[in-house]
Formats: sequence, C-alpha cells, structure tokens
Amino acid sequence: MIDTSSDPAVAMRGITKRFPGVLANDHIDFEVQAGEIHALLGENGAGKSTLMNILTGLYRADEGEIALHGRRVDIRSPRDAIALGIGMVHQHFMVVEPLTVAENIILGLNKPRFALNMKRAEEEIAALSQRYGLRVDPHAYIWQLSVGEQQRVEILKMLYRGADILILDEPTAVLTPQEAGELGRTLRHMAAEGKAVIFITHKLDEVAEFSDRVTVLRRGRVVATLPTAETTRSDLARLMVGREVLFRLEKEAVEPGETVLDVQGLRALGDKGLPALQGVSFQVRAGEILGIAGVAGNGQRELAEVLTGLRKASAGRVLVGGRDITNRSPRVVIDEGVAHVPGDRLGMGLVPDLAVSDNLILKSYRQPPFCGGFFLHRDSINEHADNLIAAYDIATPSPATPVKLLSGGNLQKCILAREITTGRGLLVAVHPTRGLDVGATEAVRRTLLEQRAAGMAILLISEDLDELLAISDRLAVIYEGRIMGVVDAASADLEEIGLMMAGTEVSTSNPKP
Amino acid sequence: MNMAMLVSILAVTVQAGTSLVFATIGEIYTERSGILNLGVEGMMLMGAVAAFAAAYHTGSVWLGVAAAMATGGVLALIHAFLTITLRTDQTVTGLALTIFGTGMTSFLGQRLGPAGKPLVGLIGPRFERLPLPGLSDIPFLGRALFRQDLLVYGMYLLVPLAWYYLYKTRPGLHLRAVGENPQTADAMGVSVSGIRYAYTVLGGMLVGLGGAHLSLAYTPGWTENLTGGRGWIVIALVIFATWDPLRAVVGAVLFGGVNAVQFRLQAAGTAIPPAFLGMMPYLFTILVLVVITWWEAFRKRVGAPAALGLPYAREEKG
Repeated sequence: MIDTSSDPAVAMRGITKRFPGVLANDHIDFEVQAGEIHALLGENGAGKSTLMNILTGLYRADEGEIALHGRRVDIRSPRDAIALGIGMVHQHFMVVEPLTVAENIILGLNKPRFALNMKRAEEEIAALSQRYGLRVDPHAYIWQLSVGEQQRVEILKMLYRGADILILDEPTAVLTPQEAGELGRTLRHMAAEGKAVIFITHKLDEVAEFSDRVTVLRRGRVVATLPTAETTRSDLARLMVGREVLFRLEKEAVEPGETVLDVQGLRALGDKGLPALQGVSFQVRAGEILGIAGVAGNGQRELAEVLTGLRKASAGRVLVGGRDITNRSPRVVIDEGVAHVPGDRLGMGLVPDLAVSDNLILKSYRQPPFCGGFFLHRDSINEHADNLIAAYDIATPSPATPVKLLSGGNLQKCILAREITTGRGLLVAVHPTRGLDVGATEAVRRTLLEQRAAGMAILLISEDLDELLAISDRLAVIYEGRIMGVVDAASADLEEIGLMMAGTEVSTSNPKP
Repeated sequence: MNMAMLVSILAVTVQAGTSLVFATIGEIYTERSGILNLGVEGMMLMGAVAAFAAAYHTGSVWLGVAAAMATGGVLALIHAFLTITLRTDQTVTGLALTIFGTGMTSFLGQRLGPAGKPLVGLIGPRFERLPLPGLSDIPFLGRALFRQDLLVYGMYLLVPLAWYYLYKTRPGLHLRAVGENPQTADAMGVSVSGIRYAYTVLGGMLVGLGGAHLSLAYTPGWTENLTGGRGWIVIALVIFATWDPLRAVVGAVLFGGVNAVQFRLQAAGTAIPPAFLGMMPYLFTILVLVVITWWEAFRKRVGAPAALGLPYAREEKG
C-alpha cells in the first residue's frame, strides 16, 4: 500500500525557522510517501504547525529545502503551494463566514476569469462530496454550518483544487467521536487513491487509530519517525514529552457534600440574539466536579458567562449556596465566592500588560490588606505575589513582569492561584488546559482535584473528552443549549456520550442527586 | 404641491445625491477590502478643487474629471501606503488625510486661478443638462431622471455595475473575502495587500469623482469648504447601506431628498431660520445612524466587514 521505492511525495530536509527569541524548527527532516497517512505528533510549541506552515507557503524557512515527488521546489506563497498540489485544513478553519460553501471553495481560483458560474461550481462540488462521502450543501452559508460540516468544506476545498498532499491540523479537536470516525474513513479513502495525508496531533489515540507512520517532534526537533504498528501509547508519550507520563491522575474518593450550585431552567440568548441556553438545569455539590461535555458552540460559553454574571439570563435561576445570584453583577457574583477560570486567558482572565503581582489581586484589590481606602499597599501586594508564585510554582522572572510575557501554562497557574484564593465554594473552569503542554496540563488538573478534595464544587467546561472522563465525577452533555443527559464519569460509555453530543437524548444512566 | 414642484424636487434630489453615490460606492469598495478611510472629506474637497482648476484652465470638463480622479487616487494611495505597508492606525491616518485635504484646498483655492489669483468666484466650464431623447419625455420620472448631466447618467450605470462586480464576479468574491477574513484569503492564494491597495485607490478615485460632480455640475465653481461635510455623510451612508452598493443609492436619495426639500422650503420663505433648514440633512443622518444602531438584530445580521480597520501581516506569531 505504501510505496517506499519511489521518491517520497514530500521530503523536507534540514528545515530551520527562527522567530524572535524562539527556534521553532531546528534542522527538521520529514518525509511522507504517497498513499500513507502520516501523523505529526508533538506538544504545543514543538514546531508542528510552523513546519506545516512552511510547507504551505505561509512562512518561509530560514534554512533547508523541500522536494515534492523527487523534484526540488521553492514555495514562496500559499498560491505556490496550492499550484504544487499541497492543501491544508487549518485548526482554525480558513473559511469566510458570510460566503456560501461554493463561494468558499472556489475562492482564490483563477478558473472563471471574470463572471462567476456558481451553478457549475456547485454541481462539481456536489459530485466531489458524493465521491468522498463528505456531506455538505454547496448553497449553504458557512455560518449556518456545524463545525464538522465546516471541516468538510475545508477538505473539499483542497480536493477541488486537485491537491494530492493533504495536511490536517488537529482535525478531530472539534468533532464528536462519531464524526472523528467518519473523518478517519474519508482519510483512508484519500490515501487509498494515492494521496499523501499528513495530520498534526497531540492526541496519542488518534495516532494509533488513523496513521500508518508517525513522526514525533519535541522542541523544534525530530525525535523519531516510526511505523505506527511498532509503537505503543506510552512509547509515543515518552518521545513526545521526554519523560514518563502518568495517564491516570490519582483521584481520591470524596464524599460529595451539600449542593453548592443549583441551576434551574436557565435560558439565555447568544451574541447573535438567538437562544443559546434553552432550559438548562443541574446541580453541583461540594467536593464534586461536574463536567460539561459538548461540541464547541452549543452554549458552553454562554453558560459560563451567565453563571459568572457576564451575561443576562432571560429565564431560570442560579443559586449559589442557596442564594439567588441570577442576573446580579459580576461584582456580586465574585463577592458570593464564585471563582472563574475563563476560556480566554489573556483576553478575559488577565490584564496582559499588568504585572504578575497586580494580576494576582485583580479580584481583591479593594480589600485590606491590599488597599486602605484609596492607596494600594505595595508591600502586602508583593508579599501576596511571592507567596502565590511559590505555592503554585509560577515560572516568572519577577512579580513585576508583565503577565503577557509568561507561557500559557504559567498564565493559567496565575489565574488558578488568584481564583482559588478569592473563591469560596464554587469554581467555574472553562477549557482550563486548552493549548497547554502535557506538564502544565497535569499541574492544572492536579490543582482542580486538590480543590475538589478541599470541598470546592467545580463546574468543568471542556471540549476534551479524555480530560472530562479523567477528572470529573459526573458528566453532563450539552447540545444546542440543552442538557441531553447526565452520566457517571467512572462508568460512562463513550458511544453514548458521542450520541448525546450529536443531539440524541439518552436516558440518564444515573439519577440526579 | 403640484406636479412640476415634485418633478423639480426629485430632479434636485438626484443632483444632490450623485456626488454622494460616487463617493459612497468608492468608500464601500475600500471598506470591503478591510481598509477604513476616514479621509473621504479631504479627498472629495481635493477632487473638487482639482476638477474645477483643471477644467477652468483647459476648458475641458473631462480633463477636470480626470484630474479629480487622479487626485483622489493619489491621496488614497498615500493612505494605502501608510496603513497597509507601514500598518499605521487607519482611523488616525484617515483623519489626518481629511485635515490635510481641508487645509490644502483652502490654500490651493487662493492660488490656482489665473496668474496665481484665487479660484473663488470664477466661472468655468460645467457639465450641461443633456436631456436624453425619448426617455426624458416620459412624464414625471423621465422629466426628473433623464434631464440631467452626463455624470448623473454615469452614476446610473455605475450602481448596477458596482453591485454586479461585487457579488457576481471572481474579483468581487476575492474583495469580499479579503475584507471578511484576510487570513483565509491569503491561504487561498489571494494577495491581501494587492487587493487592499487596489480598492483603496479605486475608492479614492470614485470619491474624487464625487468631488468633481460638485464643482463641475451641482454647484459649479469653487468656494472654500465646498463639500460642506459631505465626506462625513458618506461615512455614515456606508454604514446605512450596510456595505451594499444598491442600498447606498437609497441612502444618497434620502439625504439628497431632505436637501432638496430644505432648499424648496427656504425658497418658499418659511419662518424657520435658514440655518436650521441647512442642518436638516445632517440631523437626518444622525437620526438614521441612531435608528440603525439601535436596531440590534439588524446590525448583527449584516455587519461591517469583519476585518475592517485591522492590519494584516502573515508571519505574525502570537
């Protein structure tokens, strides 16, 4: 099936790329054969995306050369890459929302010279989507499509251009397990037709499930290239991280206490004025982590915002510790002891240009010992910062460093440190480990489990099913603003969760407390 | 109010609206590419003075039109260079362009006449009314719409063309994509800066043409601050039109209509002070903007190009 005798479809040799202060790619050698699915595995910041952006002409390599099918090429721009048959499906979809599917697919082509013949394009696209089993309506506008459908548009876009080298950047991150399986079949089909498929991932399961070979990157370098069949999950993890990784965090048994968060029939509108929450009810008890699972954009963000006072509820009630905080201001919500770890760390969680020490008192600067009426007490603020930096192992040059200079993991530690010191009772955490490397992820999850043991009620909103299964006690699946079911995390059935994420109501496998 | 009066109000409406339609479509194209150019007022004034001076000295209104479009285009090119290549703040750069244009025209107006004398008060060539045979005899509408100058007829052609180009052609698709999502357009091999340069300059040329209609047809001649804030009205009309060339006409006609009625009232000698009547079109513009902004559902559904005002650089690493 994989023909290794002929020249590889892609051969990148000695690729080096520097960004200010970062060596993103350090003399990377990378080869992909026609007809194979090749996984590019590595942690965030390992240089996977940079390498692929060089192959697609978005970045220029500082050193190294690229050959396609044995022929040396110079890729100066995305246009060159497309002309050479290289197509990339980006993690953040490259689609223009106000345009239709067909308009997006023909974008950038110079085939119709002037007047657009949308009818013909739509017919061609329909034929192509039939052939590869990529169901999507060419007339639909992108903003009407689900995330999975948008991804199909992206793949069709590449196939329409006749790409024979396909690159997918973390393609399953936004899919339900069923959609991911469907994508896997499509990729197989394409490889069987002789296309070279590269997919970037940091999920070990996907490597085993989808790929023929795997190349592991760490800190901008190639650590190994192996046939997938000859590897194990723990081998790959060790190669990727550079040390042994614990897959299961020790989760001690905690007897849940009183109900801390009681959400009753909550409704709210989204940014576009359409209903985002349509009658959500659930409870979280002290010493319990309730995970909210679901495909992005099903009301998770709106739910977190209503709970923390950032969005108005149109109906329903939110009770924290028995007190009604529905539609109260964020200030009141903070004073009620609700801690919030927002999904957008630098945008909502921290003030990027303020010092670490100042960010650590953003929710308590009004109170002593940090403030005596009008003036801030620098000494107490700095002492507080020193304590938290030590306690949460925040790597920062000094407490006075602007927080935006810290890495993602340290940003999250800052937020957790602040929220846990000000919060009492309830913690709302949104995508707390998104974009973090394995080490930082472990630290964040451990902190959440510690708070659980200390009696905090935690609402964990995440798109990472593995994470939800690993640390939550119960799992509620949200779909189009409704809870489709609540299951026990320990005995959860992945199939069942996937169905609920896709909108099938499943009888709740354990009764609500 | 009799029929003749209505015909005359409608005719004045079209005349008053023509410069606005040119400039609004120009600015729509510029903003569709993601570049906000608040220099419309300055470019329009420069276009008007260039048109009148060139027509006066050469005797040709067409050379006047060419001068106006060239002037508008060059000023827009400066804006493009600053905001696209040097990535300066678009709002500040555009405002500077307007301030520059206002000052420069007041200077040029004093110098561009014969032998370095002022242009103010001179009478030069103008676009004459040219009734279209046949069409102009249609009762009411024909009399109002087809007894106009050539630039007005040009405007009639431009509007459907601008719409067709934007929505039904390949370059139009690229233009829309660049203003909405430059990253995507770039990844699909569309040149973001190329498109932004092209439509910023094209927009400037159309704004200059709008200025030419003022000084060569609507109010022939040159006086300081001839545009009377029309450049700012254009900025408002772009929003009112929700970046759509056809709706730009509705806005321009509404504004021109209020203007025409206001003239009519002044001529009829009402008790309302003329200064208040003169304010009407501008008050009306503010009112329209307030209503549009309040109408939230509407605003969210058909919003501005998503990348409007944002510079784009490919190798930007967060």
